[in-house]
Amino acid sequence: MKNTLTLDGQRVDFEEGESLYQVARRHTQAIPTLCYDDRLEAFGACRLCVVELEGSRNPVASCTTLAQTDMVVKTKTEAIERHRKTLMELVVSENPKGVAIDPLRGKASQELAHLAVRYQADGSRFAGKQSGHSRPDDPNPMIVRDYDHCISCYRCVRVCAEQEGDYAISIANRGFHTQITTEFDGLLENSACTFCGQCVQTCPTGALADGRALRHVDTPGEIERTRSVCPYCGVGCSVEILSKNETIVGVQPAMDGPANEGALCVKGQFGWDWVQHPDRLKNPLVRKDGVLVDASWDEALERAAEGFRKVRDTHGRHAIYGVASGRAPHESAYSMQKFIRVGFGTNNIDNCSRA
Amino acid sequence: MSNPLADMEKPDVIFCIGTNMTEAHPVAATRLKKAMRHGAKLIVADPRHIPLAEIADVVLPLRVGSDVALLGAMAHVIVREGLVDESFVAERTEGFEALRAHVAEFTPTWAEGITGVPAADIERAAILFGQAERGAIYYTLGITEHICGVDNVQSLCNLALMTGNIGREGTGINPMRGQNNIQGAGDCGALPNNYPGFQPVTDPANQKKFREAWGVEVDLEKGITKVRALDECGSSIHAMLICGENTVVSDPDRAHCEHALKSLEHLVVIDVFLTDTAALADVVFPAAAWGEVDGVFTNTERRPQRVRAAVEPQGQAQPDWWILTQLARRLDFPSFEYESAKDVFNELCALSPTYNGLDWDLVAEGRHHWPVPEKGHPGTPILHMGTFLRGKGLFKTPSYRDPAEVIDDEYPVWLTTGRRLAHYHTRTMTGRAVGTQYLVPEELVEIHPHDVTKLGLEDGGLAVMSSRRGEVVVKVQATTKSPRGTVFCSFSFSDVPINALTGSGYDPETDTAELKVCAVRIEPARATLV
Repeated sequence: MKNTLTLDGQRVDFEEGESLYQVARRHTQAIPTLCYDDRLEAFGACRLCVVELEGSRNPVASCTTLAQTDMVVKTKTEAIERHRKTLMELVVSENPKGVAIDPLRGKASQELAHLAVRYQADGSRFAGKQSGHSRPDDPNPMIVRDYDHCISCYRCVRVCAEQEGDYAISIANRGFHTQITTEFDGLLENSACTFCGQCVQTCPTGALADGRALRHVDTPGEIERTRSVCPYCGVGCSVEILSKNETIVGVQPAMDGPANEGALCVKGQFGWDWVQHPDRLKNPLVRKDGVLVDASWDEALERAAEGFRKVRDTHGRHAIYGVASGRAPHESAYSMQKFIRVGFGTNNIDNCSRA
Repeated sequence: MSNPLADMEKPDVIFCIGTNMTEAHPVAATRLKKAMRHGAKLIVADPRHIPLAEIADVVLPLRVGSDVALLGAMAHVIVREGLVDESFVAERTEGFEALRAHVAEFTPTWAEGITGVPAADIERAAILFGQAERGAIYYTLGITEHICGVDNVQSLCNLALMTGNIGREGTGINPMRGQNNIQGAGDCGALPNNYPGFQPVTDPANQKKFREAWGVEVDLEKGITKVRALDECGSSIHAMLICGENTVVSDPDRAHCEHALKSLEHLVVIDVFLTDTAALADVVFPAAAWGEVDGVFTNTERRPQRVRAAVEPQGQAQPDWWILTQLARRLDFPSFEYESAKDVFNELCALSPTYNGLDWDLVAEGRHHWPVPEKGHPGTPILHMGTFLRGKGLFKTPSYRDPAEVIDDEYPVWLTTGRRLAHYHTRTMTGRAVGTQYLVPEELVEIHPHDVTKLGLEDGGLAVMSSRRGEVVVKVQATTKSPRGTVFCSFSFSDVPINALTGSGYDPETDTAELKVCAVRIEPARATLV
């Protein structure tokens, strides 16, 4: 027997344990929400995902209501949409700095701005008080704590607890006094925060922002996204490299990465500046009179080849040794072992795994 | 890893030994924390009070290098308590009677004397693991970087085999590989004993295969390991090609390494920065970095995934495969006709039985775990299901032996080394990233507060730490993360080169350095200034 219910007049199926929000998203994808993150337990804070449920006096939050057989659900009646518009006006009024946010702030940072456009909500009707105050005193160069933009969706607090298991941030007070904070209201570096940046990437308003990426707001060019894998440990987290023209401007987690499912750590999230660091080697070097000096590719290749030739001819094929990298891609390690084996006829090749 | 990362959310008992996972593999650790939220129990064995120990149900703070004693005692208790999975042992293993006899003497009381872990805690851990429906073992270099690294791994295998915790979902023996593509480097055959796909170089069938594939005569003997090669520099080794490794800072016994590389007639280094190692070279080639090259990484769960170029390489930098191809052509080496990374990877797939079913396009989404023996094969997320590579799982009977170097009156403190969350290896990357450098700007030797007092040191003051091989000056941090008598440093900072001290011994089978144990003396810095 299949589980089915009626959604906006259509009979649709659902899986045991699915919420109305999840069912609706599979079929229409139109229900708005600000506090929902796929990886977190449904929270029902923002109330934007409310739907009409036959037999229920008031609209119910679709994210916290489990689908049941023969429910009759309406997701976009005029009353519901009016309700959502009012809610959006309330939320936007909390955001005196405006909802237009640079996308470099974080992966979900455009969610509020998009919904504000969809519901044509400005905050003027409820202008006045706001909750959350920015923390420009926090000097860490990674996580910008711009809580003037905070709408108290609690996504940051929940991702820190549920996804990371770190419980570094929490909520102080209620109502207009709500403030996302750490224990004793201190700096992130003095808390249990590991700077994984998950709070930044789930924030729907850009209140928590990627401080490394934000340096590139004025870098000209459109943001391009390139799917790749983190260059640090062996977990192999999937990332998106953000670039503008030829400049890397940020890294964001790939939510469907098989190894990480959207998680990253401080190194993968914020540790990418080295790629275009001025210290990078930009041309070949050869040693002349005891000193390494710039050389052309032609000269350097000839010097390198000549040295190997000489050692092989003087000391034999086993006098040459190759060490491959555990950080470079397969094509590097494969070419290294082949270069040594084919070129010199020796198995004197290893990689850096023994030390 | 025998099991995929996704399985980390599935065990009911997790045994982490020699892995500071929240710092070295943080995202993997988040999955263990999820298992714990669903009720899984955690056993942590580590000399230091690492963050995982904070959330563990049983903590086994063993003395550095005493793992065989601890694990043998756990096996002893599992046998004594009747927690052996008799049907698994009967059907899938051999040699259990020898193990049963062997561990009879490994009583928890005996092990307490060696490891310093209370016998009662060893009992608790063993019973917890022995009773697990799904028991999973995770380890890192804390197990392997010892003179008895192989014995340590075999002791863990014994635990998994005797409890039937292998070849099933949510179980397994799971080494967490340390670098992004260290698994891949081995897969690709950058090993002195194996061709790509772990095909032994001494097997005539493999020799024939590669002779025909590459069109050259191949070496019939194994090569030597890098550790031996460094010993041989200036004697039988006279030229080296080092790609993307900062040997001078990352390897044990820095003075020995530097001397070795300086003894060469010819040193060529391919790297993205002028590292301490590249600075010794005769020729340095600028490599295109991550973010600038297309290629494949294989992660710790044997999953090949594509990396992609987002920007052009800096300056004249080029991908490693391109550099090696150009060099090979200069030297008239045959079989280097590559035009792209794809060409190289597809050649690897054609020659490797573990990658035969893959190609450049198939790894685009990273859906497979190797081995993928033929096209259309779904991959192998869990190893050892139904059978082991050799048929039956073999119990081994390792005995405890002391580390290569033990503390004495002259060098009375144990030093163990590892990573910190914010830094990676020798900091060539994280030292040039503002955020990570902000969090940990300098090396600190982590010492128990009582030892700080006992040694006449000051928290935040400078100390001279010396071993039989060298000395460093390092800032002191008083912390209960270190137990009394054992101190910790990373090897990340080349200005505080901790590997000037290490290098006391090597595992006789793998040549892996005992980087986790070294005897040192620590004195206030002023003592040496007089």
